[in-house]
Amino acid sequence: MTQASTFETDQDQVALICERHQKDPHRMLDILRDVQDQFRWISRETMATVAGKTGLTQVAVEGVASFYAFLSLTPRGRVTIRLCDDIVDRFAGLPAVVEAFENALGIAVGQTSADGAFSLEYTPCIGLCDQAPAAMINDVVLTGLTPEKVREMVAALKGGKRPEDLISHRFDALSPYERAKRMVKNNVRHAGAVLLGPVPEDAGLMKALAQTPAAIIDQIAASGLRGCGGAGFTTGMKWRFAEQAEADRKFIICNADEGEPGTFKDRVLLTERPHLLIEGMTIAARAVGAREGILYLRGEYVYLRPLIEEVLAERRAKGLLGKAIMGVEGFDFDIRLQMGAGAYICGEEGALISSCEGLPGEPKTRPPFPVTCGYLGFPTVVNNVETFCHAARILDCGAQWFFDMGTEGSHGTKLFSVSGDCINPGIYELPYGLSVRALLEMAGGEDAAAVLVGGPSGTMIARDTFDRKLTFDDLATGGAIVVFSPERNILEIVEYYMSFFVHESCGYCTPCRVGNVFLQKAVAKFRQGLANPADIAYLKDLSATIIETSRCGLGMTSPNPILSTLENFPLVYSAMVKPPKDRIRATFDIQSAISDARVLAKRRSSIYDKDFTK
Amino acid sequence: MSDLPKARIATASLAGCFGCHMALLDIDERLIELMKLVEFDRSPLTDIKRFTRRCDIGIIEGGCCNEENVHVLQDFRRNCDILVGIGQCAIMGGLPAMRNAIMHSDEPLRECLEEAYIKGPFTQNKTQIIPNDPALPLLLDKVYPCSEVVEIDYQIPGCAPTGDVIYEALAGLLSGRFQGFEREHIRFD
Repeated sequence: MTQASTFETDQDQVALICERHQKDPHRMLDILRDVQDQFRWISRETMATVAGKTGLTQVAVEGVASFYAFLSLTPRGRVTIRLCDDIVDRFAGLPAVVEAFENALGIAVGQTSADGAFSLEYTPCIGLCDQAPAAMINDVVLTGLTPEKVREMVAALKGGKRPEDLISHRFDALSPYERAKRMVKNNVRHAGAVLLGPVPEDAGLMKALAQTPAAIIDQIAASGLRGCGGAGFTTGMKWRFAEQAEADRKFIICNADEGEPGTFKDRVLLTERPHLLIEGMTIAARAVGAREGILYLRGEYVYLRPLIEEVLAERRAKGLLGKAIMGVEGFDFDIRLQMGAGAYICGEEGALISSCEGLPGEPKTRPPFPVTCGYLGFPTVVNNVETFCHAARILDCGAQWFFDMGTEGSHGTKLFSVSGDCINPGIYELPYGLSVRALLEMAGGEDAAAVLVGGPSGTMIARDTFDRKLTFDDLATGGAIVVFSPERNILEIVEYYMSFFVHESCGYCTPCRVGNVFLQKAVAKFRQGLANPADIAYLKDLSATIIETSRCGLGMTSPNPILSTLENFPLVYSAMVKPPKDRIRATFDIQSAISDARVLAKRRSSIYDKDFTK
Repeated sequence: MSDLPKARIATASLAGCFGCHMALLDIDERLIELMKLVEFDRSPLTDIKRFTRRCDIGIIEGGCCNEENVHVLQDFRRNCDILVGIGQCAIMGGLPAMRNAIMHSDEPLRECLEEAYIKGPFTQNKTQIIPNDPALPLLLDKVYPCSEVVEIDYQIPGCAPTGDVIYEALAGLLSGRFQGFEREHIRFD
């Protein structure tokens, strides 16, 4: 085959992919994901073809292609290995796993092998902290890695096996649910009354359809349900705003872009309670009058895609999705699955909507809020996976039942994803109001020195405050509980999380794009013992500026690892502070600053090299 | 007034253009009043090369582009109670810091020197040699603002600052009542 004809057929196939998505520019992310899957990268020629087909400019296509971590502008290996680089994985033995991969593959992290067979790269938290170290190999995930396992796996892959074969030799014969279970353990340690206990099928939906939309919203409001993604907005109020908005089209979006490091509760719900989730979305659609829904699944959970698609198909076949749901004339609702492509920021409501619209995942200016002007400008309800599941259960068991659980202001149960230095990492469904200490006792992490509640954008607390309560009014959390034992270095953890935010900032606004880099550098200074007392004030000052002036929730919470450790672990910082000698900066290193010039000039310094005459 | 010991001021021009020193003269006839209150120690204005004793105020023009700048700046920090950065180069690196833009190179310093002495379109250097006299101080890897090398107490912005701004700052510092600048004095648009 000649070069020219390969090019033509390649571009024909790209054109076919565009046709498959109706050449719709709003489906850009789907188009580019398919291109990436097929060709392992997105070339300039491809971008030009996609731009031509969808009627966009090439630079608009490139804007999307370059934004997402899972889309690549250079060729990637046929087998792309993404190692989860979270701090929990690092503490669980990631360095040895990385070394084993590098040795077995003969490439370093960030490289692609010369024959185009393998790529090895890092990726932030992939939601498998309870079974770290973990990695994605193409669309398959592997957990609990050890150097021995890695060597066996690489040998098998080099021997011509597919990544799927590493899971089971009869992978193709397994059902999507069995595949997911083989890849990932659920680790449900405590099932509560609402979500993980016995759940009757579609009971909530059936009751909802016997009621008026207003009555459904009244029930949700009366239950006290608040959003479970982290921000905790009152769900009833959100639905009511969307219901009251006048529009031709309304949308229900499920946020399954669970990206907060240390959170993996939605992964378990998506595996174990997918029907309950779709039921909840359908109830929301009934309540607000929406006919269209989107389930936004983070790229890291692509292994759950067949499972979700099977559930959607099953529900369509049973008349639980589509036209005249459960025989109710005029109640039409269907859901499409939107895959993400590796961007933490897309968990932010506005960025998630941008991403669904086929744009780079940048947050939107608020107000207007999505309930009045969301997806494509139409009223949109965006809720977390857990919130929709709760809503379905509330319709079945009643608002009072839910309201009576938990505490004043924080009603019902919550899924906590516990990981890190404890004996039983996994999922705990518990009523709100439990103390951190009680949760640690259940998880076998009593000797913890520090607990990160709510992930890096939450709060890091020390032993003396383990009696604080897990509620919206005390320690609010989207569910992440990361336990750190006394031998962990707090500043190392903080520096890791700052580098995470530097990586995940979308770059739209300067305080977040630049400020987080400065914060990370300042923490690095502390770790190196080069900080002076004024640097503590600098950290607080800069953090306040970033929080005050950032455009979205990422920048408003990214200084939290620093601020909460400054408050709860002040000695960690003060122990590393040295008053400067003669008020000369310890961070400026004259030796490294002149080392280039020494080499170029082929002489030594008459000022700073004592032996310069030799 | 004349019974009080005069405040001692030292000044230095590092990687700058000497424009800020020239701007000192823009305070015009107020210079006469000022000289009643101060005397100059180490400074290009007096041509004194070393500190004769500890000074109250050190004024630094320019950032640090070579090892000698660093040495002088550290010497000023050790010998002055208050250190004042004057002008954009001292505060941010200024024009010399344009060479910091060569950052996507394995050898940014070599690239910079070759552009300046060999490859530049307007360079006339028949010898094709990059100056390297042993008396020349070694260049730093990049140009640093003064505040990255030592602690700076006050900064007088401008390129160069106006005579009014300089006088306001010095008079304030000498009376111990310096509170920063009036906004209209440090606007440059």
